[in-house]
This record gives sequence, structure tokens and C-alpha cells, in this order.
Amino acid sequence: MDLIISGLGKAFRLLLSLDQEVLAITWLSLKVSGLATVISLLLGISFGTTVALTTFPGRNLVVSLINTGMALPPVVVGLFVTIFLWRNGPLGFMGLLYTPAAMIIAQIVIATPIVTGISLAAMQSLPEKLRLQILALGATRLQMLWLLMREARLPLLAAVMAGFGGVISEVGASIMVGGNIKGYSRVLTTATVMETSRGNFEMAMALGIILLFFIFLINAILSRIQQQTKVR
Amino acid sequence: MKTSSLSKIVIGLFASLIIISGPAGSAPAAEQKAVILATTTSTQDSGLLDVLIPRFEKEKGYFVKTIAVGSGQAMAMGQKGEADVLLVHSPTAEKKFIDEGYGVNRRLVMHNDFVIVGPAGDQAKIKGVKTTVEAFKNIAAAGSLFLSRGDNSGTNAKEKDIWKATGINPEKEKWYQQTGLGMGQTLSVAAEKKGYTLTDRGTYLALKKNLGLEILKEGDAVLLNIYHVIEVNPTKWPKVNAAGAKAFADFMVSRETQDMVKVFGKDKFGAPLFFPDADKKVEELGK
Amino acid sequence: MSPPPVSILTIKNLLVERGGARVLDIPAFSLSEGETLAIIGPNGAGKTTFFLAIARLLDPVRGTLLFKGQDVLRPELTISYRRRLAMVFQDPLLLNTTVFHNVAVGLKIRHLPKQEIARRVARYADMMRIGHLLNRSAKSLSGGEAQRTNLARAFATEPEIILLDEPFANLDAPSRDTLIEDLRLVLGQTGTTAIVATHDRLEALRLADRLAVMNEGHIVQTGACQEVMNHPANELVASFVGIETLFPGIVQKASGGTFTVEVAGQKIEGIGEVAVGETIICCVRPENVIISRREAGTETSVRNNLPAMIIKIIPQGPYFKLQLDCGFFLTAYVMPQSLENLALKEGKRVNLSFKATAVHAIRRGK
Repeated sequence: MDLIISGLGKAFRLLLSLDQEVLAITWLSLKVSGLATVISLLLGISFGTTVALTTFPGRNLVVSLINTGMALPPVVVGLFVTIFLWRNGPLGFMGLLYTPAAMIIAQIVIATPIVTGISLAAMQSLPEKLRLQILALGATRLQMLWLLMREARLPLLAAVMAGFGGVISEVGASIMVGGNIKGYSRVLTTATVMETSRGNFEMAMALGIILLFFIFLINAILSRIQQQTKVR
Repeated sequence: MKTSSLSKIVIGLFASLIIISGPAGSAPAAEQKAVILATTTSTQDSGLLDVLIPRFEKEKGYFVKTIAVGSGQAMAMGQKGEADVLLVHSPTAEKKFIDEGYGVNRRLVMHNDFVIVGPAGDQAKIKGVKTTVEAFKNIAAAGSLFLSRGDNSGTNAKEKDIWKATGINPEKEKWYQQTGLGMGQTLSVAAEKKGYTLTDRGTYLALKKNLGLEILKEGDAVLLNIYHVIEVNPTKWPKVNAAGAKAFADFMVSRETQDMVKVFGKDKFGAPLFFPDADKKVEELGK
Repeated sequence: MSPPPVSILTIKNLLVERGGARVLDIPAFSLSEGETLAIIGPNGAGKTTFFLAIARLLDPVRGTLLFKGQDVLRPELTISYRRRLAMVFQDPLLLNTTVFHNVAVGLKIRHLPKQEIARRVARYADMMRIGHLLNRSAKSLSGGEAQRTNLARAFATEPEIILLDEPFANLDAPSRDTLIEDLRLVLGQTGTTAIVATHDRLEALRLADRLAVMNEGHIVQTGACQEVMNHPANELVASFVGIETLFPGIVQKASGGTFTVEVAGQKIEGIGEVAVGETIICCVRPENVIISRREAGTETSVRNNLPAMIIKIIPQGPYFKLQLDCGFFLTAYVMPQSLENLALKEGKRVNLSFKATAVHAIRRGK
């Protein structure tokens, strides 16, 4: 109990004193997970919408794969990405292992199926004839997609939050492909694990609290947008 | 719903992230300039590298990616050519590594020592015992709780060697618990459960005040923790940064670095954490 | 004489397939500008498919579709052509926003200026009598209000043809009634060409000038309402239009709450407030139709006595349904005992009668 309180205190002190290292770690966490989330949204929402609105042979298999992908263990993703990015691996020539870029890649692999799966369900939950009605109103394909997505904005924003949540809290893959290198690829989650293993529980708690704070902040904003029922 | 403002938020976020993650924050990724150093968690935790590596980077212009894992994983990385240079402290495994041709230029860098720590009560009565092997025997005989890291780290390897020397196999015993965790955490568990454990002095000193454990055996030659720097063999793995590896290894045994090692930790703990040995032979250590 | 009708839509040899099976096969079809056409037919007749094909939401395997003389099956014309039509489905399919924004959707899609959008939304919402609901959330509307919003949305785009696919099927009778009237008025005011699909004959008669009967992907018959109802082309149409006794006629005489209407050369008397010259729809409940043997001379209090021929006898459990032809189609119910006593069979000529009080008038409001 006192650990939580002392951790809270330390978190405050670190932030208020603008501790360089902590700020850098925090900023990197937000950047890496933020960018990974945005890319996963682009990939996931478009793919999920496409599968939802079209029919093609093998569709059932694709849907099963997407739903399986939602439960991909992050640590397994990390292992696979590591093997690919290894110097002697197929993508070794890109020299991406132990960089923030590798972390972004791993996080994209983790978040995209989540976003895809929820978007798929979101778009499928719309009334079947709505798509036809919108087209009958003279909409172009793009206009139709935009209107349908706006109509499904509640579950789609849930997809955004699920995708972001899945990666900002991720640690296994991030350590493996990022290397937790000080000042370079160290993020809040990996730093927390490191401090814990060193036995610096107060510091670990402080970092954890800072992470929680930012997760709450971002989700509060997204929730606000999602629940916005006041319309012009 | 305010369509336009939402789109603006999304686009703005996207754009700013792209812009920002470009130049600032991303370090140079040029292959030639990066050196992958595989070392152990306890080495990193001691804080020594936080002092040495920036110096090396500044002097030689390399970017060092320090990957801190257990000794076992560090050497596995070397075996796969995924690291350029190793800084480890697991002599038996290191010899095998060299013999199998994965590493070259194994050079002695420094040493520190291990100590056996335990609760003040010292149920197994190991304080004052002459040798470490005897101390371990006492613990086994008393059935006192012993925490092992169980993670193939250098510390773990040393611990296993000692058990081997006692002729006792603790694996299946109830009083022998393997945490699979780093040194700091293992110490916390030992403190919590009032058990014995083998630890490097540095980590113990760093956490001493919160633990409530005491040093009950130290100074034995067997407890020496010897660090070598090994370059990964470039003939086996052409993609390793051989030049960078050599530069780092040379740096570790250089005069200035050895002097820095000598004084590291003095101000914080009152005593240095490591003892520089680059100019010595292994056999000389431990007096 | 009115000028010959201008064809706004001409279809030739249209074939639509789904999963290899033919779902729509229209050799020829033409829609005149300004008319209201009703399409009736059972479920699965292809009414919706026909609409989707006209709106180019489904692509035909072959055929031509000319809109005001222009071939609109070309892909580059898809969007511009669709924007000249409007389609209204059974389910209002409103968006999760205000009534205003729902009505405005089609206009926003067409990138109309804000002022024009506001003007049109106000105008058509008023026409559909939902002007006071503009700021309400679409989710909070009743079924009738929602469908009115749907209609306002369609009319706001000022389409050249409006396609209504069973628009009132989900509404309760009173809502349906008022909405049919309002729709009729709006169609009249705007002069929009319309096709209404329905499986309710009464609705068809109230709204349309022309009637088309569809079954199994084909148009089986098309013509003026009276024409189709009184002269069904075949048994299939007959069974569909003659299911209940509804017949249109022109009022010849009317006074004091009674009227005489002329239907297919016969004079029928009934009760109701109608005006001379008006075209009304009369209905007679089958149980009020009395069958008797052909005999001359007997005076009865029943005003309507007509010779007829039995077309079909259908057992309906406890009684029999008779379909008769007396110049127009009538349905009568008869007990098994009577069937036996009168030796009724298909093809037999009989006398049928029904009281004037059994004849109800439905005014078409023209």
C-alpha cells in the first residue's frame, strides 16, 4: 500500500521536475504507440470495412483468421518479428532490429487484427439495406464509405481505443525487438519491467502510474468523441 | 457529429507524428556505426555501462546498442551472429563459446565478487564457515530456504558450479526455489521470504537498505565473478561489425577505462564495485 | 385530348441473374413522365429487384435502359443517373443524427450550397408534415414519422423518378392511411413520376394511374387500373386481383347518401357520400354475396342482382370460396350445404345478389 503512495509521490516529482529521462521515455512511448495505432487504424478499418461489405470466396476463412488475430499473444509476435529482422534473417539488411521502428512494426502487427476485427463487426452491424439506400441517394463509393463509418462511429471508436490500448500497454514484443536501450528504445513499459527486475519498486511504480495517467487521458478524449450525441 | 473537427484531429495527429518521428528522437541507424553489445542484466544494473558507453560513443563515434539479457541469451546471440561483442561473466560457457569458434579475442576486463546473503538469524549457520562449498552444504543440511535465479545467467551458472562441487543436487528439494528473475528481484524475494541467495556484490549494495539481508559469506576464490569481453567471430558471421566490436573491446581494456572502473561506485557505496584486471592473468586473481 | 405521354424510362430485354438463376426478365417496359405506376405482386415476385435494376444498384446481364432517351447503362453515367432518381425502402433506414441532417443527406452528397440545403429541407419537411421535428434525433421518431422523414429525404433531392418499395408495409393502418394521402398530394404537387411497389391492392388503386402485375420476375400484365382489375389477362392475375372483391367504377347518380356506380357495363347501387362523375372503389365482403339459381321474375329487396358464372370453387375449411365473373370479378363465400343443395360447380351460370348496404365506397379523392 505504501508502495503505491510513495510511487504516486515519486511520479509527481519526476513529472514536475521535468526529469529528462522520464520525459524522453514517456514521449517515446506515446510516439511509438501513437504512430503504430494510427497506421493500424488505416489498415484495420479499411480492411475490416472491405471484408464486411463484400463477398468473395474464402470469406469465412478470412473472418476466422481476423478473429484469431485479435488474440495474438504479443510476445509471440515479438518473437516472429525478431526472427524476421535479425541480421541474418530475411529482412536483416534493413538493420531494423533494436530500433523504435522495429517496435512500431511489432505493435502494428499486434494492433491491426484487433482494429480489423472490431471494425468488421461494427460495419456488419449496420442494416443491410443501408448501403443500398445511401448509394440510391447518389453517393459515390467514397461518400458511401464515409457515411457508413460515421453511422458505425460508436463501435469504430471502440476499435481505436482497443487498438491503442493493446499496444501502449505491450511489453513483451517491445523488449524483444526494441532492446530497451537507454535513451533510444526504452519506453514506459520496458522501463517498468527493468526497474522491477532491479528491485527498484518505487521507481517502477512511478513509471507505471505515469503510464496509467496517459492511457487514461487519451481514452478520456476518445470516449468524449465517441459518446458525443449532441449533433449540429 | 462534428465531422470536420474530428477529421482535423485525426489528420493533425497523423501528420505531427509522421513529422516528429522523422529526424528527432530516432538515432542514426547506419549499419556501420552501430555496435550491438550483448551483456548481462547485472552488468547493466550496476550502472557501470551508463558511465562507460557514452564515453566510448563520443570518442569513437559508434552508437552502442546495449542489449541486457542473461549470459545464456547473450552468448546465444553471439552464436547466431546477432551481436557484435559480448561482455559476460560465465567462464565455463565462454570457453565453450571460444572453442566452438564463435568468438575471438577473449580478453579479461575486470572482476567483482559474489556473496552469499541471508537473514540475520542465519538458521543454517554459515557465517564463519571456511569455504563456500561448505556453506552451501550447511544450507542443504539445514533445509533452509535458498532462492536461485534459475535463468542461465552468469550468477546462476556460478551457483550451479558450487552445487556441483558439493555433490548435492538441489533441483527437486523443497527448500530450493527458482525465481527465473533478475538479481534485484530475486533479492527482494529472498528478503521477503527470509531465505539465502547468491548475489553479486554490486546489486546487493545498491538495494541493501531496503532488504534486511546480511552478507554471510564472502572472499572465497570461488566467489570471484570474472568479466571478459569477447568479439564475435567475423569469419563465421560476416555481417558483424568487426571493426566496431574490436574498438569496443580495445576500449574496455584501455588505460583510461580501467582507471574509471577502479573508482566506479566509490562515492555511492563507499567501496568500488569492480576491480580492473586487464593487465593481469586470470590465475592471479583472488590472491 | 391530352398530348401523348412522353416516355421517361424505356426498358428492353432486361435480364438480371443471381447465382445463375433468372430473377428478373423484362422484355419491354415503358414509364410515362408524370404518371404514377403501381406494381403489385406476391413476395418474391421481383419488385425490389426491378427497382434495384432501374436505379442501377444491380447490374443486368443484358438489356437496354433508356432514361429520357439516353442509354444509362454506361458505367461513367452511374452516379449522375442515380442522382436523378430517388428510392424509398420499406424500412426508413435513417442515419443516427437529427431529422434535419437525414433529410439533408442527399443534398450534401450532391454538394449543394448550405442555403439551398436549408431551403429544401424546410420545404419538403413541411410537405411531409414533419417540419416541427427537424431538431429531433432520428432514433426518437415513431414509425410513421420516420417514414415521413425518409420520404422527405427522397423528395428533397427533387428526383425525376421516385421509386417506392412497399413504403407503408411496416406501418399501422391509421398511419398508413394518412401517409398514402399525403404521398398522393405531394406527387401531385411536384409532378414527380413515381413507381410504387405494394402487395396491397387498395394502396395501388388509391395511388396509381397505371397498374403492373409482377410474378416470378416477369411483368404479367400492365394497363390502367380499371383495365387490369376488370380484365385480368390470365388466371394468375385474376387470382391476384380478384382475391377480395374490390372494383373501381364511375359514379352515375348520387343523392341522400346512396349512389349508383357503373362498373363494366353493370349498374351497382351502394351507400356512401360520393359525387357524380367521381371514380370510386367499391368493395363487397364475400360473405354478403348471395348465390341463387338463375330464375326470372322474383322481386327481392336486394338492389343488386347480377347474372354470373362460377370461375373457381376453393375449399376453405368450414366453407367454400367462389370466384365469379359477372362482368367484373366477385368473391363469395358459401356453406358446403348450400353448395350441395344448389349443385354448384365451376362453369355453372348462377344469379348473384348483394344488398346496396353491402357495397362500400372508397373515394379516390380525385
